[in-house]
Amino acid sequence: MGDRGRDVRGALAFSLVAAMAVAGCATTDTPAATAKAETPSAPSKPLPPGLDPFANPDPFPSTYKAAPSRPTAIVNATILTAAGPEIADGVLLIADGKVVAVGPGLAVPAGYEVIDAKGEWVTPGLIDPHSHLGVYPSPEVRALSDGNEATDPDTAQVWAEHSVWPQDPGFSRALAGGVTTLEILPGSANLFGGRSVVLKNVPATTVQAMKFPGAPYDLKMACGENPKQVYGSKGRAPSTRMGNVAGYRAAWINARDYLRRWDDYHDKIARGEKADPPKRDLQLDTLAGVLRGDIRIQNHCYRADEMAQMIGISHEFGFHIAAFHHALESYKIAPLLAKEGICTVTWAEWYGFKMEGFDGIEENVAMVDRAGACATLSSDDANLIQHLNEEAGIAMGAANRAGLNVDRARAIRWITLNPAKALGIDAKTGSLEPGKMADVTIWSQDPFSIYALADKVFIDGALAYDRRHPSATPRSDFELGLPSNQPVAGSR
Amino acid sequence: MRPFLKTLLALSLAGAAPAAAQTVAITHADLLTMGPAGEIKSGMVLIRGGKITAVGADLAIPAGAQVIDAGGKIVTPGLVSTNTPIGVQEVEGVEPTDDQETASDKLSAAFDVQYAINPQSLVIPIARLGGITDAVATPSLPFDRGHSRKDMVFAGQAAVFALAGDDPVERPKAGMVLMMGEEGAGAAGGGRGAEFVLLRAIFEDVRDYAKNRAAYDRNQSRSYDLSREDLEALIPVVQGREPLVVSVHRAADILQVLKLAKEQHLKLVLEGAEEGWRVAHEIAAAGVPVMIYGAADLPSSFETLGSTLENAARLNAAGVMIALETPPLFTGGRTPRFDAGRAVAHGLPYNVALAAITLNPAKMWGVSDRIGSLEVGKDADLVVWDGDPLETTSAPTTILIKGAVQPLRSRDLDLRDRYLPQDTATPTAP
Repeated sequence: MGDRGRDVRGALAFSLVAAMAVAGCATTDTPAATAKAETPSAPSKPLPPGLDPFANPDPFPSTYKAAPSRPTAIVNATILTAAGPEIADGVLLIADGKVVAVGPGLAVPAGYEVIDAKGEWVTPGLIDPHSHLGVYPSPEVRALSDGNEATDPDTAQVWAEHSVWPQDPGFSRALAGGVTTLEILPGSANLFGGRSVVLKNVPATTVQAMKFPGAPYDLKMACGENPKQVYGSKGRAPSTRMGNVAGYRAAWINARDYLRRWDDYHDKIARGEKADPPKRDLQLDTLAGVLRGDIRIQNHCYRADEMAQMIGISHEFGFHIAAFHHALESYKIAPLLAKEGICTVTWAEWYGFKMEGFDGIEENVAMVDRAGACATLSSDDANLIQHLNEEAGIAMGAANRAGLNVDRARAIRWITLNPAKALGIDAKTGSLEPGKMADVTIWSQDPFSIYALADKVFIDGALAYDRRHPSATPRSDFELGLPSNQPVAGSR
Repeated sequence: MRPFLKTLLALSLAGAAPAAAQTVAITHADLLTMGPAGEIKSGMVLIRGGKITAVGADLAIPAGAQVIDAGGKIVTPGLVSTNTPIGVQEVEGVEPTDDQETASDKLSAAFDVQYAINPQSLVIPIARLGGITDAVATPSLPFDRGHSRKDMVFAGQAAVFALAGDDPVERPKAGMVLMMGEEGAGAAGGGRGAEFVLLRAIFEDVRDYAKNRAAYDRNQSRSYDLSREDLEALIPVVQGREPLVVSVHRAADILQVLKLAKEQHLKLVLEGAEEGWRVAHEIAAAGVPVMIYGAADLPSSFETLGSTLENAARLNAAGVMIALETPPLFTGGRTPRFDAGRAVAHGLPYNVALAAITLNPAKMWGVSDRIGSLEVGKDADLVVWDGDPLETTSAPTTILIKGAVQPLRSRDLDLRDRYLPQDTATPTAP
């Protein structure tokens, strides 16, 4: 329970049947069966499988299983927990896939394997809240380009996980950059791009085996230039920003109406009355999921004025925006974002490659943080995802030149705990606190340095990457036979 | 125009004014000269008339000199941004501001970016704050032209310019850029078998034209596929006077290009060369330098399957001269020094990494007699850093171009200061 933010989605507003069905899904491996079992004395026969959107909200469930691990003590490290000050000569204890304890001068219990990390630094595994690995994989060939269903401004019905190619070599490159969790989003061509998926960065043959257990679903929305240009150039709406906004509002009206019809149906069934079910609509399922609080909004939006418009829409229809992505102008409205509880997912250096990015500044993430709003960095890029720690170093350097006095203990949150908050998984990962997933990166030195390399990466306590043992580094099927890890050609 | 923009332009113009005849002394500097003097701890650089007049450890400060005390900090030559849109592209997504390429059917080799360099570009102060004092504006092949022709498409000619001054071009026609591999094959109508054959035919045409200009003007020469302007632009290339910068990626293509360049007596520079490490010894034996994108490590196409972050280190170990290029303007051109730092983390010696963003690109583009190192007689383009110049948290504290102190301002800092809260004294609590 609680995996899907039950406390905020207002389940009380919905019928007992629906609420129990959803609750069952969040806590069991066999959601459909459980939902049926817990439905009290169904008065009429249940709808055939797949026709009630709320009976089985998780039809592609995670099959992720943590790799085997041993109790491990990482000692003599400088530790940034993302939940407190920097710890010198620290000890991190992990066992059964979880953080057991962290602090200076902890005794190592019997049975723990000891890793001496003298001179090294330890942080939570990095989290990239904006990636297109798998949906725009390497090689960048058309046959594998599956990130933008740019055929209609509203494609809330598509799910990124149905495009993710698990053999993308970018995943293991990101792992070598210390990234343990990432969100894969659809592209930004559409007003509603579709559902995102949160993945554990583990090698797998199916995407289900990468899915972060219990992570909420997200809906990708996009402001500004992309939707209006993609559809404007096709001679259809939207072709302007006001067209964009009209498109969002029209969709939310439909979603509210759809949700009302389903609620009416479930209420009648619960009262033992006869009722005709509405016809299920995948597009509206996702939007209704947002209105119910089950699905979070990740909103590509560069300009401050457009973010304010999106906040207005969220108030009009009664939903919450989890994060603005790219958000190069967040620094202009940081107090508003703090008040609304909306995260900023941005870059340190990228700016100016398009008109709506013209006002990007290196200090954005620090200024947002300073205002008390959730501030995160992300990559949006298969190269940059390998260097998020350095990106944070660049942002920290710029912040300190501006007098913002950001220390490492603060800056590490931009790439760990804060993106976990943006994705709604901060109770499980993102910081080194007892009970949380043991997603850990050991760095060769200060992780904000350009020279820092991830030495070891643990995911749920299991060693997932070891720089000194390249043979243990995951290589996707696509990479077999490729020459990149071979030494330089023989000397002559 | 908003007032702060006006102020910014005024500042950048003022800073770019030529240095007075006064002598400037940079003192107490940890000099990474990149020249024969190597590193000079507690060194001094003397500057007069925009040129370096002395570099050393035991120099006297001339009477009346303007002294800039580096306080023991590192001083490097100004960084050279190579293969960059700096100065010729303001906003990539706003097409009218993009002068890096042409889709014209009438020009390919003759396309010349020197005419587009805009000293008032708002990108220039941002790049300068990344320690860049000189740049090589380099044409690119437009996506929309690749398949429109049935011949080889040259991207055009690059130009070296200083990031200060109203007339900043230092060397026009510094090199000819040609895309080969998949992209070039596409432009040639598809197939590497077409691109190499067409390229040889073009070079033959250029040589023929060079010998028969008068006949061409009387309409008495044989016909050529390229325009007169393109033929003219390629004469110094086929004569080996102007570098031919070939963008090429897979090992097999690199070998083909090396062979072609030898046969045609071209002055070749390789660009991209993600699989260069696989044929590093052949490249070294040919004496051909290589410009690489330091962050490249993904098999992003079937011609970069061997891409690795160790490419720089492996090429260097084989004796190949390398430069690290500036990727498109997502970052305002600020990143080559970080790519250099990453290359160090992946095995490239530090001094080679710094050379790869200073002296080496200057050599490749034929301007190392003027820029790229702290040596007597060269332009006084240098940067005083507050830390390691390759490090994430470092920044310039003083920037000189041709001896003139540059303002440490840019439009993004103006934006920052407009929105920066005033209560920044207390640290952000962890």
